[in-house]
Formats: sequence, C-alpha cells, structure tokens
Amino acid sequence: MTALTSAAPQPDAAPRPARTLRRAGTGRLAAALLSPTLLVLGLVAAYPVLAAFRLSFQVSSESIDPQTGFKVTTTSYGLDNYAAVFTGERFLRPWWNTTSFALVSVAIEVLIGVAMALVMHRAFRGRGLVRAAILVPWAIPTAISGLLWKWIFNSQGVANELLGAKVLWSSEGFQAWLSVVIADTWKTAPFIGLLVLAGLQIIPGELYEAARVDGASPWRAFWRITLPLVRPALVVAVLFRLLDVLRMFDLPYVLVGPRKHSVETLSMIAFQEMTNLRFGTAAAYATVLFLYIAAVSFAFVKLFGADLIGRGTGRPE
Amino acid sequence: MSTTTPAEAGVHGAADPVRAARRRRWSGSALARRAGIGVIVLYCLAPFFWMVVSSLRRPTDQFSNAPLPAPISFDNYAAAFDARNGFARALANSLVVAGTTTVITLIVAISAGYALARLQFRGKTLILTLVIAASMFPPITLVVPLLELFTDAGWINTYQAMIVPSMSFALPLAVWNLTAFFRQMPAELEKAAQVDGCTPAQAFRKVVLPLAAPGVFTTAILVFICAWNEFLIAVSVVNDRGMMTANVIVSLFTGQYKYDQPFGTQMAAGVVVTLPLVLAVLFFQRRIVDGLTAGGLK
Repeated sequence: MTALTSAAPQPDAAPRPARTLRRAGTGRLAAALLSPTLLVLGLVAAYPVLAAFRLSFQVSSESIDPQTGFKVTTTSYGLDNYAAVFTGERFLRPWWNTTSFALVSVAIEVLIGVAMALVMHRAFRGRGLVRAAILVPWAIPTAISGLLWKWIFNSQGVANELLGAKVLWSSEGFQAWLSVVIADTWKTAPFIGLLVLAGLQIIPGELYEAARVDGASPWRAFWRITLPLVRPALVVAVLFRLLDVLRMFDLPYVLVGPRKHSVETLSMIAFQEMTNLRFGTAAAYATVLFLYIAAVSFAFVKLFGADLIGRGTGRPE
Repeated sequence: MSTTTPAEAGVHGAADPVRAARRRRWSGSALARRAGIGVIVLYCLAPFFWMVVSSLRRPTDQFSNAPLPAPISFDNYAAAFDARNGFARALANSLVVAGTTTVITLIVAISAGYALARLQFRGKTLILTLVIAASMFPPITLVVPLLELFTDAGWINTYQAMIVPSMSFALPLAVWNLTAFFRQMPAELEKAAQVDGCTPAQAFRKVVLPLAAPGVFTTAILVFICAWNEFLIAVSVVNDRGMMTANVIVSLFTGQYKYDQPFGTQMAAGVVVTLPLVLAVLFFQRRIVDGLTAGGLK
C-alpha cells in the first residue's frame, strides 16, 4: 500500500507539456491493456454476484389460471428464500460444517506445513524429487482425490485394514466429517509447506548465526526469528486456504456424497437447491456464503494485517 | 528413503575416519532430518501409490489390500476406456475446455499484467483489489445465476458454458502471476527499445514478450492445472454424457449393478486423468513452485 502511494504519479509542480502528453498516452494504453480483463471479470464475476443477489429475493409461485386451466408462474420479490435459509430444524448444520472444516483443516495444515518446511529447509540431495513429490497431492484433481479417499475409506478399504477396525466412514457421523478433513489436509498441507519454505529461504542465515552467538536455543530462534519473518507469507497462505475451504464443494460431494448432513457445506446445499431448480433458494444460499466469505476475509485482513495488495504493487527492492 | 540412510552413512564412515567423526557429531540431527524427509515423501505419495496399485489389480482382486498387485493386470484400464463409459471422449472434452481456457486467459492476462507491472496510472490499487477479490468469490455464487443465464441462452451442454465461468478463477491467477513476473524484468529493456525508436507497444511486442516467455509458460501450466481440476462448473452446466469432462464422468462411473461402485476402474481412470499433471509436476517443479510463490514473498 505504502509502496503504491509513493509510486503513484506525483502532481507535477511545474508541468512540462511533453511529460503530460506521455502521461495521457500511458493512461490510454493502460486502459486499453486492462479493458479485456475488466470486461471478462465483469461478466463472469461481478455480474453473477449481483444477479445472484437479485435472484435471491425472487419468489416464484405456480398456480392454475382458472380461465385457461394452464399453469402460470408468477414472480414476486420477498424474503422467503432467506427465511428458508435461516429456518428449519437443521439450518445451522451447513454453517457448522463449513466453518468447522475451515478452522480445523487449516489449523492442521498450517502445523504440518510449517513442520514440512522446517525439515526441507536445509539443502540436501534429491531436493528436486522431494519437491516434485510434494506437488503431487496438489496436482491431483480434487474430484479424483475424493474418489481415491473414498476408496481408501471404503468399509473393506486399506484405512480400516491399517487401523484394524471396521469404521463405516461414509455413513453419517463424525467419521465422515473426519475423512473429509484428512483428505483435505493431505492435499493442501504440502502446498502450505512449499509457501512457508519459500518464505524461510529469504531469511538471511546471519540472523541465526547471531542468535546462536548470543546463546539462543533453536526453539527460541524459531519463535523469535523464523516465525515473525515467515508470518507475512503464512498469513496470506492461511487466508487463501480459509477462503478455499469455506467454499468447499467437490471433496465432500465426491468423498461422502450429496445430502449427507454431517458433511454438507453451504456450497453443497446451494448446489442441491440449484439442481432441484429452486434457483431463488440456491441464490440465497450462494449470497449468504458470499457475504460470509467477504466478512471473514475482511476480518482476517483487519486482524492479521494480511497485505494482499502490497504484494502486487510493492516494487522489488 | 529413511531405510537406506544409515547403511550409506556406515559405508562412508568406514572409508574416511575424519568424515566419520564429523558424521557422528552430525548424525543425530541429520538422521532425524532424513527420516523427516522420508515421512514427508511417504505422506505425499502413499495415497497416490495406492491409487496406482489399486488400478493395476485384477477386478476380482479389487478388495485385496496387499501392498503390491499380484498378478499385475490392465483390465481396469480397459474397463475405464470401455465405450459404455465415454471416458476417451471426456478426456478430449477436458483437454478442449482446459486448453481453451488457458489460451484465452493468457491472451487477456498478458496485457493486464504488463500494464499493472509497468505503467503508472491512477486506480491501480483499485484494479488489483478487484482482481484479487474476484479470485475469492465462491464458484457456487457465480454458477447459480450463470446456470439460469446459460439455460436461457441455450448454452447448456456446450464448451463455452464451461470455459467462460472457468475464467473467473483462471484470470485472477494469471494476472497475478504475470504482474509479478513482468515486474521482475528490468525496466531498462523497454527504455532501451524506446530510445532505439520503438513505440511502447512495439517495445512490448518485440522486446518484452519474447523475454517473458518463461513466465508466460509457468502461468500457462498453473492455469491449465486449475482448469483441468475444475469440477463444480462442469458438473452444473452439462448433463449430456458426451460433453462431460473427465473429472465429472469418472465420478459417475457405474459398475455392473447400480450401487456397486467400480473402484478399480475409477482408480485406473483417476491415474489416467492425473498422469499428465504428475508428469508436468516432475518436469516443471521448479517453475511451478516459483509460480505458486510469485509475488507473495518478493
């Protein structure tokens, strides 16, 4: 942010004609270069969000026209769709699932990811291969890894064999929730590890040298040097992961299945409503999820100072 | 990995007493670290290994939990490509959708990334905020109204219905990466070209773009992987089996009876869908890691 303000064009104290002309040309060039991106994002991101908002207030009711005997659909605007979202016996369940998945998975992923990064930090032979291995879970499509974990968690599958137990993972209950957390952690903890590793590698070694000379224990060096310096990278990674899990759909949908209350997320319910052609309710769910995610990102940026934009505008020093 | 390490250390130690002494001093932490790396590799690869192993069993051995398939059989692969499943067509659909998404996204994002990295203009923060905000939008919020729109427009079961919404996440990713990449290139390049008489546009086309090829390539890999992995949009806007992408069709494979899930066949198809990505990861891991961490840490 600060880098940007200093980089922004200063109002010329003594305007020179040639320079102003160049500026105007630059402005036009920037507009021309950016307009395709803005157009596309307007069409596929901004418009749908607004359309979903509008749609969420739309209530259609079907009735029979007494004169013609045909079915007529009348559309009015109201809060009925939101009433459907916030009432009912189990209306808190998808909120709880969505939130608990986000909090628990991301917390475990950060712990495992940081541990992985610390292990990989020092140079060693075969580093390239290890890095490739770490990218494998990330590269496997989520839908496919959902199937893979469904197979692993099959009642006769390898998970039960290793545990020596007969757990019915895919039936309703805590174990279904846990299987989703495990599969999600497997996929993304290595990814967080990579991001943290990249953050570790820009910490100058002299800092640790100085800490050791001053008699600091490795543990203290970790808390006082490593963590504070990795924090900016970690905060951004955690924010993106949180948002990713809050909108999770494929993994529980494929791994456990649709209409399973123990794992049903807000995205899944919205999808369910949509496939049943209840677009108004689907849009209401989609809109509350959108607002929820927006609120979480806003709170996160305020609390932890995740400097998202600074990453884009900051000049390389 | 961790099992071969102590043996190796022993061999070296016997040959060179000085190094042996040094090794002994280090062996505790070095061993622990090697064991740690072994655990990491195991953690990352074991489930994928299980997918490969399960895919190579005979269908009758499906429920065997032996660590290696014996005998090895490719029946599951043959079953995956059985005409009834339409898997080959689905792979081609995935390729068309992910490939087209990648190409269009790159064309649009290159110019935006260049402008954001190089030109000084008002509203840059706002545009970057918009781009990053768009990448945070939940796909379901976009899909619900788009499905209604596409239904009215007759776009259901078309490629464009999958490609266009995919750009909502592909484009921010590409713009972000390319902006970071263009910023790393020395600004003197265009200055020199402009001194030599190029217009800014020519300087970009003739000097910057050829030199930016590695960054564009990295971005292309990332966008392609993301587009190839897409599921929610593809499962929403297509209901004709002939137009489904590989991810969707594999999750819909059915066995002989409706409720017995043909896991062996699904694992074989999963390996086929994943293999191009695993190969890409093997060959381009350095680029991919650079791309994933671009902008965040520089």
